[in-house]
Order: sequence, then structure tokens, then C-alpha cells
Amino acid sequence: MDDAVPAPAIGDATDAFVARLEDVVKDYPGPPRVRALDHASLQIRTGELAAIVGPSGSGKTTLLQIMGTLDRPTSGRVAIAGYDLDVLSDRELSALRAQQIGFVFQQFFLLERETAVENVANGLIYRGINTRERRELAATALERVGLGHRLQHRAFQLSGGERQRVAVARAVVGRPAIVLADEPTGNLDTRRADEIIELLEQLNRDGVTIVVITHSLEVAERLPRLIRIRDGQIVDDSGITATMPRVAGPS
Amino acid sequence: MPERLTPSRLSARNILHTAVVGVNTRRNRSIMSAIGIAIGIAAIVGVLGLSNSSRSNLINQIDALGTNLIQVQPQTGIGVGTAQLPATAAGTIARIPNVQAVSQEVATGVNVYRSRYVPSDFTAGLSVTAVDPNILTTLHGAVSQGHFLNAANITYPVAVLGATAAHALGIVSLDGAPTVSIGGQNFTVVGILDPFPLSPALDSSAMVGIPAAVSILGVSNSPTTIDVRANPDDIAAVLGALAATANPENPDQIAATSPTAQLQAKAAATSTLTELLLGLGAVALLVGGVGIANIMVITVLERRSEIGLRRALGATRRHIMVQFITESLILAAIGGIAGVLLGVIATVVFAELQNWGVIIPAIAVWGGLLAALVIGGIAGLYPALRAARLSPTEALRST
Ligand SMILES: Nc1ncnc2c1ncn2[C@@H]1O[C@H](COP(=O)(O)OP(=O)(O)OP(=O)(O)O)[C@@H](O)[C@H]1O
Ligand SMILES: [Mg+2]
Repeated sequence: MDDAVPAPAIGDATDAFVARLEDVVKDYPGPPRVRALDHASLQIRTGELAAIVGPSGSGKTTLLQIMGTLDRPTSGRVAIAGYDLDVLSDRELSALRAQQIGFVFQQFFLLERETAVENVANGLIYRGINTRERRELAATALERVGLGHRLQHRAFQLSGGERQRVAVARAVVGRPAIVLADEPTGNLDTRRADEIIELLEQLNRDGVTIVVITHSLEVAERLPRLIRIRDGQIVDDSGITATMPRVAGPS
Repeated sequence: MPERLTPSRLSARNILHTAVVGVNTRRNRSIMSAIGIAIGIAAIVGVLGLSNSSRSNLINQIDALGTNLIQVQPQTGIGVGTAQLPATAAGTIARIPNVQAVSQEVATGVNVYRSRYVPSDFTAGLSVTAVDPNILTTLHGAVSQGHFLNAANITYPVAVLGATAAHALGIVSLDGAPTVSIGGQNFTVVGILDPFPLSPALDSSAMVGIPAAVSILGVSNSPTTIDVRANPDDIAAVLGALAATANPENPDQIAATSPTAQLQAKAAATSTLTELLLGLGAVALLVGGVGIANIMVITVLERRSEIGLRRALGATRRHIMVQFITESLILAAIGGIAGVLLGVIATVVFAELQNWGVIIPAIAVWGGLLAALVIGGIAGLYPALRAARLSPTEALRST
């Protein structure tokens, strides 16, 4: 640790920030060594829908992975859902992901031979919930994303748009504090992409906190908050000047 | 401060389900990798099953024979010449204390034919043995049809056929008083025997009375074998007294053996073939284990993104490790169960063919399954550790 000043008391359950990053640096050792995040600070409030845009290689995925506790920063402080990552063990990070964080990936990452319901139910598999309850919750989540008629289809039988809806349902089925989506529309045509963004907007209206990475400025500008990143630095953030984000309804 | 996080959990049922799906997704490859284990276990179960079945068969033979049979024969071998048992030997042996029964066999050196018109070199391996009437009880034989030789008919040209001999001569029934040709004479068949528990030579013989053999066939009355039943507790004493009693002038020309003792020795010994096959089974198991390890390493490489996804969904390193170990155990269990079934089937089929009772030791079955699981666990350990060690971001970056 290079700063002698005691770290600010970040990670308080009572604050409205579901994600707080302070002065986060992430270096990939290389060679060549790459600084993917360069003193980035960012707060996400409960109930927000924020877009992260930036050129390729600017550090978007790295930022999301650190917010998602899949990786630890080289320096800086991170708190998710009130938990300070510094003091959490690897096992506790897993628990945090299981209970508080939902992911959506560009490549969907569905288990091809399992049905839509099983794939969504997998979102709860590490929470010790019994199979029947998981499936019931999964069916509800699939209805929520408009796939109530595809419950028993296997993943490989679904179209790209449908697959990403399954992945979104899997991300929200456990009512996480935050959903992180890394280019969720990257493998979809414009129409399916729009539908997915609309789905995210709808979920957000229902109270889900969402951070979504996108290449598309057009998409990003539709969303309530726009965060621009370049060379690992946050160069613009409409959330800082914008009015208070909507307060979440019951989630 | 936020409340303490409840750790991620994965129920046993979900571990199993997840692993079964994993194995099932690559069904062909899974089967291939289980085959090695199956062969190894089948070999071990089969070898143990067969050696136990054959041993129990030997023990059954010993029980059928009784453990107290002693056979006295002239000593054969270099420097002994053509030793003979004195004609009086049976009588003197019968007077040894603790001898219960004595029966003589005289090999006649002639053959038996269905009729005198059968060419004389067409013996079908059937010989003629002159015997005492009480040999049936001494050797624990049984009559299948008709009756055995008795005091009333031993001087007449009557014969009793061993089971093999009757079959070879085509005499299945005594209806019409069938005859056979022995030494150019017709002998009436008065009985057919069941197989002796351990006298295959008599099974392929026609048995005639000793007086008839002497008078009609002109053989000497010097016995070639004397079967002795001794008190089971005094076999050693009887054995010790036999040679001097049977032939006081040349005791070294007498050989007294206990066939049951030989059988017991045979039953106790594990044959080197058994050991060799067990060794081969172990090698097959080892190769099977390497096969499973190999398939698991490939699986882990191919399923990096699944590993990444599971970590993102909240799996701990331990959950990932348990999942892949379980998959490996399932592969091994499939191989193990298939191997046990194969081994059992092989044992049953082979033992039936040999007319043995089927004995498959429980230890072979459980031990086989356990060995398969242990090997599966070891084989899966390294790949599972690699999967668990993968960082979530590395795993997710793979596609
Ligand atoms: N594991 C790694 N090892 C080394 N360098 C890495 C690693 N992951 C990312 N980088 C580098 O870090 C920088 C940021 O990468 P990141 O994936 O976060 O960019 P991105 O904004 O998501 O790009 P894209 O839009 O192409 O997905 C890039 O220069 C990349 O090459
Ligand atoms: Mg990226």
C-alpha cells in the first residue's frame, strides 16, 4: 500500500451506492505491461441504468470484471453492495457474486444441452436453493423477459436474441444488487440488439440496477447515464452532473 | 457494516446433476474413456471369480471323494523294474488297524467293443478293469441303471459300464440285455454307473469280476491298484504301515498316495496364470486411469468458458474442483460397473461350461468398484485442480 492515509470508510450498507470504485488501477503484468485502468473512480447508485462506452482496448471489460469481483484491482478501493472487496476472501467473493451480482456476456455462455429453464435456474445453483424452487423462479424470470413460451427449449434450439434473453433472465433471477452486461448486443443484429436494450430498460424500470458496456454510442445515448472511458481513464460521466438517479422501487 | 455473506453452496444433488450433464454431453468420448477401466475390472473380477469357482469345484470333489482315500500301486520308475503287488496284498492291508474298506482293481490290458465284428484297433479308448464288488462304496460311485457286480455274478461273463464307456459304446438302456465283446467273448451288460467323483479311468472302463477276468480273460490276479478307506483321523498311521504290509519283501516297490491330499494342495495353490491375469488386469486399470485423466484434461481445456461462467455465477474454486472430480468418478463408476458385469458374466458362462458351481467373491465386486472409484478420483484430481486454479477472467476470455 502506497498511501499512509487510512482508507475512507467505503462499503457501508446504508449508502445508496451499489458499486463504488475509488482510484482503481489495474495493471496486466505482461510483458508488455498494460495499464488497463488508470486511476478510475466511479459510483453506481441503486436503481441506475448506466452505459459505459469507449474505444476497443480502453478498459471497459476490465472495469466490469473488477466491478463484478471477477478480478481484483492492482490498487484502489472497490465496494460492491456495501462489501469492501479488500477484506473479502476468494470464497466470500464467490458468495458475493452468487447473491449480489448478475452477469450478461456477449457470448451468452449458455449450457447448450440444457433447457432455457435449466440455464436460468443455474443462476441460483450456488445459492443452495432446491431445484424445484429454482425452476419456478427461472420460469418466472423467463416470462419476465418474454420467453414464457420457450421454457423447455434447449439452448442450441434458440435464436441469438432468445439466447441473450435467457442469459438476461439468468442474470436477474436471483434479484442481484447489480447486473453487469458486457456488450450484450455485440452478437446480435440491430433489431435484436434494440430489443435487448429495451428489455434492460424495462427491467430497470422495475428496479434492477444495470451497468451495460456497449460499443454503440447510439445505444449509450438512449440510456439515462453515460460513462465514457478512454485509455483506462473515465473521461466523461453524465451521472456526475445529472440529477439524482431514480430511486429504486421495491425489487 | 453489511451482514456476513453466507457462503456459496452447491447441493449434492446439483453436484451430481451437473456432473452427469457434463459426462452426457460428450457421450462417445466418455464411453471410450470408461472402457479401459471396464476391461481392467472385468479381468480382475473374472480371474477372481474363476479361480474361486474352480477352487470350490476342487473342494467339492474332495468332499465327494471323502478325505480318507488312499491308493496303493506298484512303484513305477527307473530301477524298479516291473514291480507287482502281491495277490495277497489286499487281504493283509485289510488287517491294518483303522482301515475301513479295501478294494482291488486289476487292469486287464484288453479292450471292450460293442461286438466282436468291430475292428480290434477301434478301441475308442475304452479299457477293461477287473474290480472287487465293494469298489462302488469305496470310491463313492453310484449305479445309474441295473446293478453292480456282486458275489453271485463275478465268475460269469457280465460287465458293468462306466458312464463314459456306456456312452461311447452307445448303450443307453439295459433293455434287451445288451452284450459287449471283451477278449472275443460276449459279456452281458448288467449295469451302467454314474460318473465317479474322482476316478475318470473307471468311467471309461467296462468293469468285470476278478474271478471272471482270471478264468475267461486269463489275466493274473495281481492287483494294479488297491483303494483303501482309512479312518480319517489315522490316515498318516495307515499310510506309514501300508508299504510294509502290502509287500513285506519289497516295501520300496509300493507307492501309497492320497489323491485328496494332492487335490487339497492344488486347491490351496494360486496358479501363476491367475497371478499373471491379475497383473494384466491391474495394468489395464492403470491404462484406464490414464485414459480418464487424459479425457478430463481435454474436458477442462474445452470447457474453460463454462468454468468462467460458473465462477461468475458464484461457484468457488472448490465447487469447480468437486464438479470435475465427480465427472471423473462417474466415468470410472460406469467403467467399474460395466467391468464387474462383464467379469461376472464371463465367470458364470465359463463356470457353467466347466460344470463348476459359480462363486464370485463379494470382495471382487466391491473391491472392483472401489478400485475403479479410487482410480477415477486420482485420475480426476490433477485436471480438477487445474480447472479450479483457473482465474475467472482467464476462463471467461477463452472464447
Ligand atoms: N489478461 C490480459 N493480459 C494482458 N493484457 C490484457 C488482458 N486483458 C486485457 N488486456 C489489455 O488491457 C486493455 C484493456 O482491455 P479490455 O478488455 O478491458 O478492453 P475493452 O475496452 O473491453 O476492449 P473491447 O471493446 O475490445 O472489448 C487492452 O489493452 C488489453 O489488451
Ligand atoms: Mg471488452
